[in-house]
Formats: sequence, structure tokens, C-alpha cells
Amino acid sequence: MSTQEQKNKRKFRSAGRMREIMTEYYIEAKSASQTGKPVAWITSGGPVEPLIVMDVIPVYPENYGAMIGASHMGSDLCAKAEAMGYSMDLCSYARADIACALENGGPIGGLPKPDMLVCCNNICGTVLKWYEIQARYFNVPLFIFDTPFCHTGFSDAARTYVRKQIDEYIDFLETVCRKKFDLDKSIEVGHRSIQGQRLWQKVLDTATHKPSPMTAFDAFFFLALIVTLRGTQTVVDYYTELLDEMNERIEQGIGAIENERYRILWDNLPIWYRLKWLSEKFASHDACLVADTYTTAWCGTMKYIDENNFIDSMAEAYTRIYLNIGVDEMAESVLGMIDKYEVDGVVMHSNRSCKPYSFGQYDIQQIIQKEKGLPCMMIESHMVDERSFSESQVDARIDAFMEIVSQRK
Amino acid sequence: MRTAGIDIGSITAKAAILDTGKILGTRVSFTGYNVEIAAKKVFEDLLEELGLKAQSIERIVSTGYGRNGVAFAHKAMTEIICHGTGAHYLNPRVRTVIDVGGQDSKALLVDENGAVKDFVMNDKCAAGTGRFLEVMARAMEVNLDDFGALSLNAGSPSKISSICTVFAESEVISLISKGEVRENIIAGIHDSAASRVYAMAQRIGATPPIMMTGGVAKNIGMVRALEKKFNQTIEVSDLAQVNGAIGAAVLAGRL
Repeated sequence: MSTQEQKNKRKFRSAGRMREIMTEYYIEAKSASQTGKPVAWITSGGPVEPLIVMDVIPVYPENYGAMIGASHMGSDLCAKAEAMGYSMDLCSYARADIACALENGGPIGGLPKPDMLVCCNNICGTVLKWYEIQARYFNVPLFIFDTPFCHTGFSDAARTYVRKQIDEYIDFLETVCRKKFDLDKSIEVGHRSIQGQRLWQKVLDTATHKPSPMTAFDAFFFLALIVTLRGTQTVVDYYTELLDEMNERIEQGIGAIENERYRILWDNLPIWYRLKWLSEKFASHDACLVADTYTTAWCGTMKYIDENNFIDSMAEAYTRIYLNIGVDEMAESVLGMIDKYEVDGVVMHSNRSCKPYSFGQYDIQQIIQKEKGLPCMMIESHMVDERSFSESQVDARIDAFMEIVSQRK
Repeated sequence: MRTAGIDIGSITAKAAILDTGKILGTRVSFTGYNVEIAAKKVFEDLLEELGLKAQSIERIVSTGYGRNGVAFAHKAMTEIICHGTGAHYLNPRVRTVIDVGGQDSKALLVDENGAVKDFVMNDKCAAGTGRFLEVMARAMEVNLDDFGALSLNAGSPSKISSICTVFAESEVISLISKGEVRENIIAGIHDSAASRVYAMAQRIGATPPIMMTGGVAKNIGMVRALEKKFNQTIEVSDLAQVNGAIGAAVLAGRL
């Protein structure tokens, strides 16, 4: 088989459908002002299911941030935000989004104007100020869903506190949308959300197979649906299809990279503007990034959800996500993934944009080395702001890291 | 078997030739803007100096930032592995290598077989690198070769708190204008660079014996400042600057 044929064989059939769904989704969102459907901007870790129940179109500035990064528009937009007075040390999603709103620029000509904003601080503290700024700019109501940080465990006080806010959230939606919250529908949406999360986890689990049918770079792409349309039938149908394709690949022995010799775990957000470069770089070392802590975050708290009581139990699930727990618990989850996916090394993206994700990485690295004796490497960068990426340094580090990984094997 | 290692750094190009594990000779020259020419030149000059023909070298490994630009090398390897291998070749007891070069600094742990167990490199910042010392020497109007030695004559080292090269330079200039003793400022500069390197090395748990390699190992002020931080002696070979090239030549023998 020629190299081109082999490459074609490794391409995903489902990728085209995914692009179609995302295009339809953005067209629907962009034409909301004509169709009369309300639009809510929501943070990536926010409880989206109540919006689906209320027929509100959820729009994710963070998903848009990833698009900005992947289309190499990040540096310009970040620089524009800096010219507006925002610090270079701020999250590059926030900077890019704030600049975009003002310019109506960016990919797809900017996001549709929001009718309301929903901000959940389970992913970081930056979103609070970011959403306050946007609420003032667009002059729309803002709901803040406050999830206390879970240093260890989840207290009853926290449970009561967060649960109470779900009622407030529903009240907020009823007021803004001027209609009642349909409880029966919320049960359906809850089921579909759980179903979607289960399927997404199953898709990710196929990477335990050797050779892995997918890489983390593929997961970064396929992730968009579980983030944006969680709770809809579209997600359930799509991931059922995708899972079938992964299983077919396993049956046919199709690996995601040509010659998988080493299996690597990725930590933190992707470097959106360098996905291709990084993916080729690792593949050139016969290294497959089989798993990552990032895409798992959208199915990592299923254990806390009671399928028959979604609305009540989502309080705990949304509070205990990966970025809102202590370093020990994070490390435990990383160690679990190391075993599950049988990895030979860990690559950590020390992401200047995402402080809560990057802050404990040196500790986690030490725990990994102590418990598993695995090589770890750090790449310092920003997920969207290309000015922070230094190719020759990263190149040398990956080469050295892979030399060590191969020496050990 | 005769092998060669070519180490193309950001400032200097180094070459080493080994014959069945014995060093025949080493050479250092400036890199300039063309990696390929710099690599060829340092290699050919060394061959001429040793009276050898290029055909007599069986295997060549390139390393350093310019490693992928050395077309005549059989393989390119990173400076991490090469410095680890080089240090192990010079002294097999060494367990930590601190390599401070022109634009980066790194620390690596080496096991009893010379294999690198872990490494850490400076991030996007020139503090704690050769370039930092170069900029400071220029600000102090001192020849780089005398810079380290002068720091040893300090009564009480000045405190340089900025970690950024550019800001540290303005801090140095303000100390000069305040009339601070030159040697004290120079000692302060070395302390500041050593603190950066020390903190980085601690991240991987540097264990003795420690060897320092790379061009900055020639700076006695930096070596002493690091010894103070680590509270132990740091070994520096006469071949510290060409250690990466030696490691590359050793690894070439294993191809």
C-alpha cells in the first residue's frame, strides 16, 4: 500500500459529519436573531442542560477561542485586547474573546450577540471578570453559578449551597425567556446528557487498544460536540457513529499513527495553533498521544450523577470537575489514566493562559515520577497566543524527552 | 572506530574526534549565521589540526540547536543526551550535570550507565544563561573572560532582584550610578544567575556528584556561586565547553 493510501486509511470517516454538525450549529446560532431563539453565552464547564430544556442556544466563547487559535488569529486578537488595556498575563481565550466582541472579527465573523450570559467558575476565576465585562458590553443579564473549590471531598454545606443555585438558575432562565421550565423535558435532557457523556468516555476508552485507533489530537477535534451540545440527541447519535468507527478501526488493526511504539499522556489544554506540528512531531518519534486529561473532563464526573435525578445531582458533578479539585485528587486521576492507557511518558503543557490547570503541574509531575517512575516533560506556552510558543525550544525538548522514553523501553 | 561529534550551539560550534573511545582532539569556533558552514568549518579545522582525512571518520553525530542543519552527520541527537553521555565519559561517578550554554541552561540526572533519567530546561527567559552574563559584562565594561574572576573579589555582593535580563541590566546601571563597588555588583550578577540555575536544578532533585558543562563552566564566578547554592563542590572539566561534542562522538560509536 502506498503512503498516501495508508494516510487515507487512517482518516476518519466521521470527521466530515462533525464539521457539518458544527456548521449547522453555528448557522443556527448566528441566525437566532431572525428565528427568535434566545442565545446564551456559557463557560465550557457550565451546566448547559437547563439551557437545552429552555430551547436556548448555548454558545461557547471558549470553543470559539479554540477556533481562533486553530485559525491562527489568536496573536492579533490578544494584542488588540492588550491595546485596550488588558494584561498580557490574562487568559488568551478571554483576551481573544473580548477583542472579538468589539471588532466583530475572528472566524465566522464573530459570535452571535448574547441575550444572556451564564458563567460557572468551576474552571477558573478569570471567567467571573470576563463575563462581567461582556455583560456590561452587551448590556444583558448575567447568571453566576458559583462552585466552591473542593480541596478535599465535597461537604454537605457545599452541596446545599450549589443545589440552591440550580433553583436560582432556573428562576433566572424563566425570567429571561419568559416561560416555565419544563421538568419532564429536563429529565429527558438529563438522560441524553448522561448518554452522551457515556458514549464520549467509550470513544476515549478505545485508545486503550494497541495500536490506538485515535490520538489525543483527534480527541481535541471530536470533543466539540460534548462541550457545546451536551443533552441533545445530536450528540448521542454522533458519538454512537464515532464509536462504531473506532471499533471498526480496532477490528481492522488501523492505528492512529503509522507505527505506534510509544504511548504518551497529554496534560492541559491543547496548543490550538500547533496541533498539526505537534502531532507530526510526536508521530515522527513513533509516539502516539493516546489520552489526555482535558477531553476526559467532559465525562469525568459521571460517577456523581444520578441519572434519575439529574437536576439535583448535577450540583455535585459540576462542582467536582477536574479543574475544581485539589492537586492530590488530580494526581490520582492522572495516575489512573497512566495505568489505564499504559503510557510510557507524560507531556505537560504549562499553559500560561490557564492558571488553575497549570498551577499544580510540578507537584503532579513529582507524584508521577515517584509512583510510576515515568519521564515527564513540560512545554511552556499559551493555548491561543502564538507569540508565546518557541518552536526550537519545544522541538529540542520533545526530541530529548523521546530519547529518554525510548531509552527506558 | 573513529567517530566525531559536532555541537552547534547558539554562539559557538564545537567538534570532538574520538578513536575507540579515546579523545584525539577538540575544537571551538563561532557559529555565525550559517549552521552548515560553521559545522563544516569546525570539523575540517579539527581534521586538519589532527592531520586526519574526513573519510577516516566512520560515524558522526550532531547535536545542539543547529543539529538538524548538519547534513554530513549520520544522526542528530539532542544536547541533553549528549551532555549526559559526555559527562559520564569524563567521570562515570557524576549523577547530575548542569549545562549552561549561550541561550539555555539545563540540568539533567544521569544513572550509573550514563543514561539520562530526567532533565529540565530554562523556559522562555535568558536569565541564568551565558547570554545574561554577556549582557551584564558589557554593561559593566568588563571583558567576559575576566568577569567571573572579578566576582571573587567582592566584599559583599549586591542584591540584583530582577530576574529579567533587560530589567536586571537597568538595575545594574542604577547600582553603577549609585557608586556601588564594581566587584560587588559583578558578584551580585553571578548570584542572581546562579539562583535561577539552582532553583531549576532543584526541580528534578539534583544529586551529587555534580558536574558543570557548557561554555559558562569556564566562568569561575558562576561555578563558585553555584557551589555556594548547592553547598558542595562542583566538578568542572577542562573539556567542559566541548562536553556536548564529546558525548555526541561517544554516541556516534554506538550507532
